[in-house]
Amino acid sequence: MGDKLIIREIEFRSRLWVGTGKYKDFEETRRAVEASGADVVTVAVRRMNIIDRKSENLLDYIDPKKYKILPNTAGCYSVEDALRYARLAREAGISDLIKLEVIGDEKTLFPDTWGLLKATGILAKEGAIVLPYTNDDPIMAKRLEDAGAAAVMPLGAPIGSGLGIRNPYNIKIILETVKLPVIVDAGVGTASDAAIAMELGCDAVLINTGIAGAKDPVAMAEAMKHAVLAGRLAYKAGRIPKKLYATASSPIEGML
Amino acid sequence: MRLTINSDFFETSGTRTLEELLNDLDIEPGRVAVEVNLSIVKKADYSAFMLNEGDKIEIVNFVGGG
Repeated sequence: MGDKLIIREIEFRSRLWVGTGKYKDFEETRRAVEASGADVVTVAVRRMNIIDRKSENLLDYIDPKKYKILPNTAGCYSVEDALRYARLAREAGISDLIKLEVIGDEKTLFPDTWGLLKATGILAKEGAIVLPYTNDDPIMAKRLEDAGAAAVMPLGAPIGSGLGIRNPYNIKIILETVKLPVIVDAGVGTASDAAIAMELGCDAVLINTGIAGAKDPVAMAEAMKHAVLAGRLAYKAGRIPKKLYATASSPIEGML
Repeated sequence: MRLTINSDFFETSGTRTLEELLNDLDIEPGRVAVEVNLSIVKKADYSAFMLNEGDKIEIVNFVGGG
């Protein structure tokens, strides 16, 4: 079991990271997260419900002692907003990890890479462990590494689109370009997508909609768990090359 | 004193510090982060942080998200 994912000396017990959005209720969230075997769980930062004090809290169902909470800056379209949310998230005192999102467009939710780079540099200097949600541009990934990111999180496809790994070639180049861990974030639609990401050599996969939006989220969470394990094992096992023509698997010798 | 908390008006009496306010609202400090007049208040300062009439306070916590 010597294949642990390590980021800034933090050891992660699973390469499947999961989000907590879009579930039916907290109980379903809890069951899916558990079925996924995930170690990292992302959360969003939002105003607390002050009026209704009886309303339940996500962290009553997702124990911060059991899981590594990864706050995001979802919904932030400017550097200023992203910094504000990231700093608030850190000050909550549960985690120094931050999944940094600076969104450029409402329709695609693609990152505003200029703003992302700026915010990454600022937060990294403040001591945050910045995991930027980026695109599949290897040059961007390198810039983020240079700016102090602790990992890079290139999207496979738009958030919630379920289109899978749209540009595996670029993801492969990113893996060769940066020394940081590469975590595919966004776009995974089913188990094979997660396996493909891991077979490319990615260090982890973050999945939210692919699980929460499935007909049976708990079952899909389990499927994703196996897919990530299988993909990683396959990657480490070293696949056969792709050939145009056949090479027989059974011997000629001894034929009648 | 009148405060704005998460964009709603609140009337408080006898509350002087941020820690007292969180107590009054039955909010556990460990799961939230607080901004007063656009400045994040460090957790360690909650007990000493004095609130003033008209302060705009944001209290955030973690919710489901991707």
